[in-house]
Amino acid sequence: MADGKTNGTNGAKTSEAATAEAQVTFLEAIKQAMFEEMERDPSVVLLGEDVGVYGGAFKTSEGLLERFGWERVIDTPISESAIIGAACGMSYLGLRPICEMQFIDFIVCAFNQITNFVAKGHYLWNAPAPMVIRGPSGGGVHGGPFHSANPEMYFVHTPGLKVIYPSTPYDAKGLLKAAVRDNNPVLFFEHKFLYRRIKGEIPAGDYTVPIGKAVVRREGKHLTILSYAAMMHTSLEAAEALAKEGIEAEVIDLRTLLPLDEETILNSVRKTNKCLVVHEDTKTGGIAGEIAALLCEKAFSDLDGPLLRVTSLDTPVPYAPTLEEYFLPNAKKVFAAAKELARY
Amino acid sequence: MKKDLTRQQHLDLYYYMRLNRAVEDTMVKLFRQNKIVGGLYSSLGQEAISVGTSYALQKKDWLAPMIRNIGALLVKGVKPRDIFMQHMAKYDSPTKGKDGTSHFGDLDDLHIVSPISMLGDLIPVMAGVAIAGRYLGQKIVAMTWIGDGGSSTGVFHEGLNFAAVQKAPFVLILENNLWAYSTPVRKQVPLENLADRAKAYGIDSYIVDGNDVAAVYSTTKEAVERARAGEGPILIEAKTFRRLGHAQHDPAEYVPKEMRAYWEARDPIALHEKFLLSEKLLDAKSKKDIEDKINTLLATERDFAENSPMPPAELAETGVYCTGEECHKIRAKWERPISEVTPPKSSVQAVWTVPGFGSGKSSGGVNAPIHFGDTQPSTGISASEAKSSNGGKPAAKVAAKTAAKKTVKTAASASRKARR
Ligand SMILES: Cc1ncc(C[n+]2csc(CCOP(=O)(O)OP(=O)(O)O)c2C)c(N)n1
Ligand SMILES: [Mg+2]
Repeated sequence: MADGKTNGTNGAKTSEAATAEAQVTFLEAIKQAMFEEMERDPSVVLLGEDVGVYGGAFKTSEGLLERFGWERVIDTPISESAIIGAACGMSYLGLRPICEMQFIDFIVCAFNQITNFVAKGHYLWNAPAPMVIRGPSGGGVHGGPFHSANPEMYFVHTPGLKVIYPSTPYDAKGLLKAAVRDNNPVLFFEHKFLYRRIKGEIPAGDYTVPIGKAVVRREGKHLTILSYAAMMHTSLEAAEALAKEGIEAEVIDLRTLLPLDEETILNSVRKTNKCLVVHEDTKTGGIAGEIAALLCEKAFSDLDGPLLRVTSLDTPVPYAPTLEEYFLPNAKKVFAAAKELARY
Repeated sequence: MKKDLTRQQHLDLYYYMRLNRAVEDTMVKLFRQNKIVGGLYSSLGQEAISVGTSYALQKKDWLAPMIRNIGALLVKGVKPRDIFMQHMAKYDSPTKGKDGTSHFGDLDDLHIVSPISMLGDLIPVMAGVAIAGRYLGQKIVAMTWIGDGGSSTGVFHEGLNFAAVQKAPFVLILENNLWAYSTPVRKQVPLENLADRAKAYGIDSYIVDGNDVAAVYSTTKEAVERARAGEGPILIEAKTFRRLGHAQHDPAEYVPKEMRAYWEARDPIALHEKFLLSEKLLDAKSKKDIEDKINTLLATERDFAENSPMPPAELAETGVYCTGEECHKIRAKWERPISEVTPPKSSVQAVWTVPGFGSGKSSGGVNAPIHFGDTQPSTGISASEAKSSNGGKPAAKVAAKTAAKKTVKTAASASRKARR
């Protein structure tokens, strides 16, 4: 899987030019984003389980309590619905709360609060809910069936939400800042496999990355690989191996799943005429199906082959390393699927 | 208790209860003429609760109604036409026909949060409103209602517990009308008094006769001012009865006749009127004046509502997302100096004490008596640690951090002793 190296094109020209860059981990990037946003705007508050005194289960909020105090860094009871509901109420008074789910798996405990209360307010009664719901997601760390979830698609199916799933420290920081400043409820998934394994350059100053924009991580002409989060790195690894065999894959990092950047996807597929989608989410109901529909509707005559998908199995995430490895996509599986697709 | 109220207050309560009932009577007529799009709920016999509780709020306070709290909306300043139009799904309604019933709100002016159908969900939301109001220094109170049935939801517990640990200025009115649709209260909760639940949250509660509007008001007023003063959330159980079925479609044949008769004899408006007449606060003429005023008002309001068009179909596609500043300018209204919050001078006292073990500590400190398993004692924090734990920002807060650490240190070592 990912080897800790990030690809040079992290979506920002400035990062290559800037001098005061620092190599930071994915986790540090998130921490910096929260710190800087709270520093910038006193209406930003953080609430979640163990976020204050303890600094968060993964230490993403370490130091925030000391700096911002009890009223802005709120240790909550183990009550996901209360966290989301209270944040929604806070947002009605003009605050911009960030909610941490200790593990993103627990977000479904607040499913009703998110999909019925938070997501529908602007449409129904003109009440925006500027809030961020973030937390560690994803597998590959032997977390088992309840600490490895990729629940993004439950929410991609909910109009009114925005859904972000970044793959680099640069994007994590820039997109989290953009999420805090957005007037809509934004779900921000942090792949925990990347937390300490991925390092990347981050410019010194304030910057944001636009929500709803995908980015081309690697240019190529033979086929398009669409991916996001940890699988982004897996896809890049596979693309390197494919290049050695003369297959140039264009790799696109979706970054935002809702709203989906149709333009970037369509531009690439119109060029390569082939599309492979790689995601760690399970197959049925994953974003690949949505992209297949999009291509059928808008690029049918451009396709030279079927849309293929490399995804996790349609099962819960199993615990044993042997099982989990079998369950997850990997560079080999991506490589094989890409070769098959390239034959068309 | 009744004597504490001024004549005007008594008359206001009377007026709003009459208005509440008249608005709902008008809607029953509209319903029978098929002019109401969805279902129609009734608060017949429960008007004293909606009116008496909300009358204890100030203009700046926030409320979120449940389905049987039209009276509270009227007291807060909602126009009857808006209530009619919501039910009729009209274009000029507050939600432009996108939702019905009391599902609408007003963030800017009246400070009303729209409910959703899922029972109990308003409780954490209003706890959040209360916490945010305190943070901004607004000295507001947040109020919402819940039924005897709705009090069985998980989110009731989560919301009230969170409000309680936060000592949020939040007042929750539990309207015990003995029925949740067809389910009697005894099948919801094996308690005589639902207010007893407050004990489990470590908060105060009151029980009040929900058909005595003056008592409802006085009790709520006391609760609201205690919450405002920082005493934390308060639960008020108002005992009453749902006189009609769950909604228009439900004849409620499951309700025993004697039970209905008992409560019909205790109509809150009739009781209050009797009191007003006996105290000479109201006479036949002033009563007639009130009735005329309501009739005239509602005739106009109903006309307006009936003449409003249905929304154009394409409206369905609009408004899912806030598109930015031109759509909504989101600004918190600060009523305390922003400088107080960064660096923090908290207005709330954060108590982090486990009895017998002293205080806990922040994550950068030495020992964490409240986290036995996972914290290794260390001698202190190095500068680099302090730096990284502040998100890579050096400077001022390191000093603040060290200061905070000092105050905790003695407690931490004391607690280590206590553990031995
Ligand atoms: C979470 C949830 N489950 C079920 C319902 C359907 N429902 C609507 S009102 C109601 C009964 C509510 O009873 P109660 O809370 O006592 O309020 P009342 O109708 O007596 O005012 C039910 C079951 C709902 N709205 N929300
Ligand atoms: Mg009831």
